[in-house]
Amino acid sequence: MSRVYSLYSTSVGKKFTMAVSGAIFVLFVIVHMFGNLKVYLGPEAFNHYAEGLRGFGEPFLGHEWFLWAFRAGLIAALLIHVLAAWQTSRQSWAARGHKYRKRDNLVFHYASRTMRWGGVALFLFIVYHILHLTTGTLHPDFVPGDAYHNFVTGFRSVPVVVIYSVAMIALGLHLYHGTWSAFQTMGVDGPRINRWREPIALGVALIVVLVNLSFPVAVYTGIIH
Amino acid sequence: MRLKLHVWRQASPSDRGGFATYEAEASEHMSFLEMLDVVNEELESKGQEPIAFDSDCREGICGTCGMVINGRPHGPWKRTTVCQLHMREYSDGDEIWIEPWRADGFPIQKDLIVDRSAFDRIVAAGGYISVRTGSAPEANAIPVAREKAEKAMDAAACIGCGACVAACPNASAMLFTSAKAAHLNLLPQGQPERHGRVLNMILTMEAEQFGTCTNHGACENACPKEIKIEVIAMLNRDYLRALLKAG
Amino acid sequence: MELRSKVPSGPIDQKWTRHKFEMKLVNPANKRKYSVIVVGSGLAGASASATLAELGYQVTCFTYHDSPRRAHSIAAQGGINAAKNYQGDGDSIFRLFYDTVKGGDFRAREANVYRLAEVSNEIIDQCVAQGIPFAREYGGLLANRSFGGAQVSRTFYARGQTGQQLLLGAYQALMKEVQRGQVKLCNQHEMLDVIVVDGQARGIVTRNLVTGAIDAHLADAVVLGTGGYSNAFYLSTNAMYCNVTAAWRAYRRGAGFANPCYTQIHPTCIPVSGDYQSKLTLMSESLRNDGRIWVSKKADDDRAPGDIPEDERDYYLERMYPAFGNLVPRDLASRRAKDMCDQGKGVGETKLGVYLDFEDAIERLGADVIEARYGNLFEMYERITGEDPYRVPMRIYPAPHYTMGGLWVDYNLMTTVPGLYAIGEANFSDHGANRLGASALMQGVADGYFVLPYTIADFLARAALEPVPEDHPEVSRTLEDVRSRIDRLLALKGDRTVNSFHKELGRLVWDYCGMARNASGLKEALERIPELRQEFWENATVVGEGESINQTLERAGRVADFLELSEVMCLDALIREESCGGHFREEHQTPEGEAKRDDEHFTHVTVWEFTGPDSPPREHREPLEFEYVPPTQRSYK
Repeated sequence: MSRVYSLYSTSVGKKFTMAVSGAIFVLFVIVHMFGNLKVYLGPEAFNHYAEGLRGFGEPFLGHEWFLWAFRAGLIAALLIHVLAAWQTSRQSWAARGHKYRKRDNLVFHYASRTMRWGGVALFLFIVYHILHLTTGTLHPDFVPGDAYHNFVTGFRSVPVVVIYSVAMIALGLHLYHGTWSAFQTMGVDGPRINRWREPIALGVALIVVLVNLSFPVAVYTGIIH
Repeated sequence: MRLKLHVWRQASPSDRGGFATYEAEASEHMSFLEMLDVVNEELESKGQEPIAFDSDCREGICGTCGMVINGRPHGPWKRTTVCQLHMREYSDGDEIWIEPWRADGFPIQKDLIVDRSAFDRIVAAGGYISVRTGSAPEANAIPVAREKAEKAMDAAACIGCGACVAACPNASAMLFTSAKAAHLNLLPQGQPERHGRVLNMILTMEAEQFGTCTNHGACENACPKEIKIEVIAMLNRDYLRALLKAG
Repeated sequence: MELRSKVPSGPIDQKWTRHKFEMKLVNPANKRKYSVIVVGSGLAGASASATLAELGYQVTCFTYHDSPRRAHSIAAQGGINAAKNYQGDGDSIFRLFYDTVKGGDFRAREANVYRLAEVSNEIIDQCVAQGIPFAREYGGLLANRSFGGAQVSRTFYARGQTGQQLLLGAYQALMKEVQRGQVKLCNQHEMLDVIVVDGQARGIVTRNLVTGAIDAHLADAVVLGTGGYSNAFYLSTNAMYCNVTAAWRAYRRGAGFANPCYTQIHPTCIPVSGDYQSKLTLMSESLRNDGRIWVSKKADDDRAPGDIPEDERDYYLERMYPAFGNLVPRDLASRRAKDMCDQGKGVGETKLGVYLDFEDAIERLGADVIEARYGNLFEMYERITGEDPYRVPMRIYPAPHYTMGGLWVDYNLMTTVPGLYAIGEANFSDHGANRLGASALMQGVADGYFVLPYTIADFLARAALEPVPEDHPEVSRTLEDVRSRIDRLLALKGDRTVNSFHKELGRLVWDYCGMARNASGLKEALERIPELRQEFWENATVVGEGESINQTLERAGRVADFLELSEVMCLDALIREESCGGHFREEHQTPEGEAKRDDEHFTHVTVWEFTGPDSPPREHREPLEFEYVPPTQRSYK
């Protein structure tokens, strides 16, 4: 415990927990994206996949046990990620009490400048996304158990498509710098790895954003109906 | 050429400070600091206080000089400290904003002079190899692979000017701290104290009002000695290892 | 003033060992009872502070910089010599000793030089253990290069930043001791006087450069590692803050000043570009390995270098010194460049420069080889001048670089004031009339790590010092002297800036006491310097107040001291009626224009004693004897 505490007591340690929790989310959005691709296979395949998530691990585990454990893990990761982000941001804001009058941008990626507010936007989006497609609270025509229906009808409204598109761009920026950054923070570094860090980060971000954006576009253009 | 300078003036650490505007006449062969020297000569001969700024070797090696010019630490030239920036960069009528390093870890002492003693304290915490004078073994008894020596030298090229902190959107001192740690941690001589060095240097850095590293890379772009943020990754890794060992 | 060199007896290779044995030691438990003040945190000061602290003494280290790491040792480029003989090319301690004595034109003390060569090997061991990233061979062993015309490869180097790396090693050792509480570090403090009680140096007075506070600090011994005085020339390769104040204040308290006229002019610097010039930049001497130096055969030739055909170029060093060509020693290369400019053959807008041309080397070796060798130097040159040396020949001109003269010290590095030591460039001891390349770092580190920590113990063990109370009349008097001098400076409200005085002084010293000197010029300077000094104290202007950072005030104090030192410098140059090393008197040259020593009358160190502000200094002499290296005339034909 004391090791965890001393790790977390420094900003370097906090960044490490952010990298690890962030990496969990990177894997999650990739898995999530792959699952969603099933929507192209039609209602049956997609609903079967959604049901499969609930029943994952049965009969060894009870119904939805795995799903809830998975959600608990994600929530824990999110809390750690947000807490560390909040604390390190406060430390950094305090470190420059007086701002520059003129500022020239020297950062590597524009994406790194958007991490904080992009992160806040993503957090709000996650809340909306859950209320929209998981609980159905913000869904105009939610049918519990019919994930395909909820998916397709959910994307028939222009404002929703706009919200999702903006959110995906934010996600892309966050993923791009986050993935690249996680290598750096975890000290995964070396001449050979460094050559791949940038392409991996860019690849993950582009693929996730493009595939995820394809869903509302496909619904909207009637490819999926 | 005639220039308009907006220079940060602050009489003392507690003074609020503000920009003052000066007209400067410069030749393209002057260095930037010589241009300021000329402004100061004029101020002095009018009985006004000259702009206080620090500079010593004016060869880009001592790390004494440093100011933010139009938002860039050490001005616009790559691999160049402000003392080697020359006025041919500018043309007649240009307006130039000159500010001190801004970071709470570097309190302003006067005008463009800041107190960088935090860097000394970080080095004192572990940025050394303990060798009692006279106790060293024969120099060639410790072979060092050439690539290692070269990499250590890349990191050791740091001049401690503080441009990394000034450029960092978070005012973090990670590049400086990592460069010193990497120089010593890369060499066989540095191994016995490696873990303690890393832990102590990081703890001291944390105690000094600096911000956190969020991998922006601005430090690398601003560094006049082109120290790469690879050294930060190395420090991160060393920190985890040290914690695992230390318990 | 009594000059007792205290050189131990016995054969030269046993003097230091025997001396170390004969000196008294301080019991380990008693060391903490002794306090030592070290002024300066360059190579000599930082290494001495760290070593004394490791031994257990209570050390306080003062520097006017914001960090000890900024000291000017950091700017040394080329390397550090040691007699390791790793290349198996016939080097030895004796050869390094021999070369240094000869290079110094037979004006250094043999025993000191031998000791320097002797400890040179320990220096490399120490520095490597500290983690200094010296250049390596592929097998992992240390690399060497030949430097400054030496016939063996004995120079260790860390790219072109050897001084930086050695200084950082010493700085890190110092900071380690600061952390342990053994060294109290006082940044941004300038030493302004020495406190002498009952004839012994017992402390210093400093000004806190941030708050302006004037304080006395007491100790059992005071060590000055405060560098050289090249900035007397105003334009030099020294850093902006380098000054003579600490050494000069010590001189005024009774420390003899030795050989002030021995100054070194480095041949390869970037020429002055205009009146606003604040300092000069050195380009490593290694450039002369491949570059060819030339001027036009015609005076006042305004053609671009590329338009001057081969047969109208004068490669004057190759012509005059066929054996050594462009690699003649520093003083010769410098003087010949000056001759060319005096004949109106200088190049560039100011006509104060000669070409250093790489065209042939690029043709012979290819641009990439030249880039690998000198890439960073070429880049620096282009940054400063805006000219690309791959296409246009470089312009170079000599510039003051190092001062061999300094506070007189005995074999133990103690000045003529008991308890006051001088180390590194601040003393006069090892380089004679001319310093060889890569020897400055060697001497600074040798003094700080390996000599002073031994010799100071002997003094402390024997001195039986009583503690000095803080309100001792001498302490109060010294404080008062410093305060009244600062008040006097602050009261200056004339018409001329301090800088304009420094510039004028520099011009005078450069013209009359620079690369070539003659009696009438020196006499002229000796008339004009006191006038300028008087004008300074009447007509300079110092703005601002004393209670905060005031860079004008700092500069004013330093310039005032340069105004005194340069007079003694010229006096020293005037009475040394010979040419030796960096001191070239036009009246004393061979028909071919080479330096002519007068061993019969001048085989001695000239030491100046302060006799009062308005009376001329008194001359003393320490005779030199050459038992092991018989004096010969240097020849590079």
